[in-house]
Amino acid sequence: MSQMSYVSKQVKDLKPSGIRRFFDLAAQMEDVISLGVGEPDFVTPWNFIEQSFHALEQGYTSYTENAGMIELRREISAYLSRNFHLSYDPSEQVIVSVGASQAIDLALRAVIDPGDEVIVVEPSFVAYVPTVKLAGGIPVTIQTKAENAFKLKPEEIEEAITPKTKAILICNPNNPTGTFLLQEELEPLASVIKKHDLLVLSDEIYAELTYDDDYTSFAAITGMEERTLLISGFSKAFAMTGWRLGYAAGPAELIAAMVKIHQYTMMCAPTMAQHAALEALKNGRQSVEDMFESYKQRRNFIVSSLNEIGLTCPHPGGAFYAFPSIEATGLTSNEFAEQLLQEEQVAVVPGNVFGANGEGYIRCSYATSIKQLDEAMKRMKRFVEKRI
Amino acid sequence: MKGIEIDILKLIEKNANLEVEKIAKLLGKSIEEIQELIDSLEKKKVILGYSTLIDWAKVLDVEEVTAMVDVKVTPARGVGFDKVAERIYRFPEVKAVYLMSGAYDLSVSVKGDTMTEIGHFISEKLSTLDSVLSTTTHFVLKRYKHDGIILQDSDEDDKRIVVSP
Repeated sequence: MSQMSYVSKQVKDLKPSGIRRFFDLAAQMEDVISLGVGEPDFVTPWNFIEQSFHALEQGYTSYTENAGMIELRREISAYLSRNFHLSYDPSEQVIVSVGASQAIDLALRAVIDPGDEVIVVEPSFVAYVPTVKLAGGIPVTIQTKAENAFKLKPEEIEEAITPKTKAILICNPNNPTGTFLLQEELEPLASVIKKHDLLVLSDEIYAELTYDDDYTSFAAITGMEERTLLISGFSKAFAMTGWRLGYAAGPAELIAAMVKIHQYTMMCAPTMAQHAALEALKNGRQSVEDMFESYKQRRNFIVSSLNEIGLTCPHPGGAFYAFPSIEATGLTSNEFAEQLLQEEQVAVVPGNVFGANGEGYIRCSYATSIKQLDEAMKRMKRFVEKRI
Repeated sequence: MKGIEIDILKLIEKNANLEVEKIAKLLGKSIEEIQELIDSLEKKKVILGYSTLIDWAKVLDVEEVTAMVDVKVTPARGVGFDKVAERIYRFPEVKAVYLMSGAYDLSVSVKGDTMTEIGHFISEKLSTLDSVLSTTTHFVLKRYKHDGIILQDSDEDDKRIVVSP
């Protein structure tokens, strides 16, 4: 056997995701109620699935255009216009990707020259920092503050900017905190971004899931359209995680660069998934609204339950996560999550896997049935009572 | 009707067993407020009852037969189909009656323990009504979905991985 290790230094140096370790622990146990899942509990609405069957029966099994079926790009453009008042040319400003994750990867590879810095706002989705590194960039993290409800502040961006800063990656509403930035909170951020001529990679995958206030896209802020790449997809609001279908919309030059990488590395997003997404955009509104209503009710339920238990939790404005403080228990995030899993078979994700400032918090997904949520809250109550 | 009342109705339409306390938490209201609204919806007969959907086919020794009967009738002056519909829906064997457009007038759902029992009801009670001209009976062989609920045993387990980013 060869003694030589063929794995690159860059990949060897990447930290394994803290989620992975926790997944291994939870997967060994039985009867676990999981609040650790970052995806909807709903199965994809039947008409989307059925449309995909139909497309397959019709023989749509070949590649599509690199950027995705033009009918789908037209529907995406119309959807962004209808819902978020944005205007994108479907033939030049939209690319269909394999999940929003691939769109983020394509975007980073399209913009980063070696040594360029990309600002990542933590606590954040676990893939951002590694994806920046793999694209040859240097991630510079901003640690948003709990006292600001983890909302990004313009002065925090100013402090993170150096002459090498190229872009800032922002997820709104945010995974894992559920923090939702309103238009008036985005505007001062946009001023700083414009002043320093940065690109915003705006992950808006949870844009449909905002419960109290209207959503404003970064691209809709005056002067931001030409410096914002909107990244989204069908996984969350349309309950289509396994289909792996996302998209990006933005300046034509950037989209063309992404299509170039995409055509060499992926060819196109899966054809049968594109057909399902087409149906989702054309005839999926009622399903999306029904799921939205259900998430909203469960958010109310989990937030009030967590606060009753003594795990203080501000009202998350979006996504489907609550991010309560576990300070009252005196445990670290890892201790809390591990002991909760061992003693009560409830899985949550320790906050520190999303960034150093997530320490002292846990992420609880409320994308699970009311019955399961109720049982999980009873178990967590018992667990916390023993410790305070 | 207020949005909150609609929200309550939608929740209990799916699960009549949902406690008031939980409804209050889900909708972000007080228990008292929700209780009052439910009481008033009951009083206004918006909520007509709370029934349980049971798959009797799974209960040993209980066999239940359902027939859908297409009934042609002669409507009566002044009361149209209402009078004859009432004559029919008063029978406890009759579980549902609808006035239909198309080839026949009333769709009547009848339940009984055996086919003989239902046959007896139709020939003795239903067909003999003066205003009933004819009946066509269809027996239900299998129920797949009822009132929005799928009755087949399917694997409804959570298929998601336990922890994901």
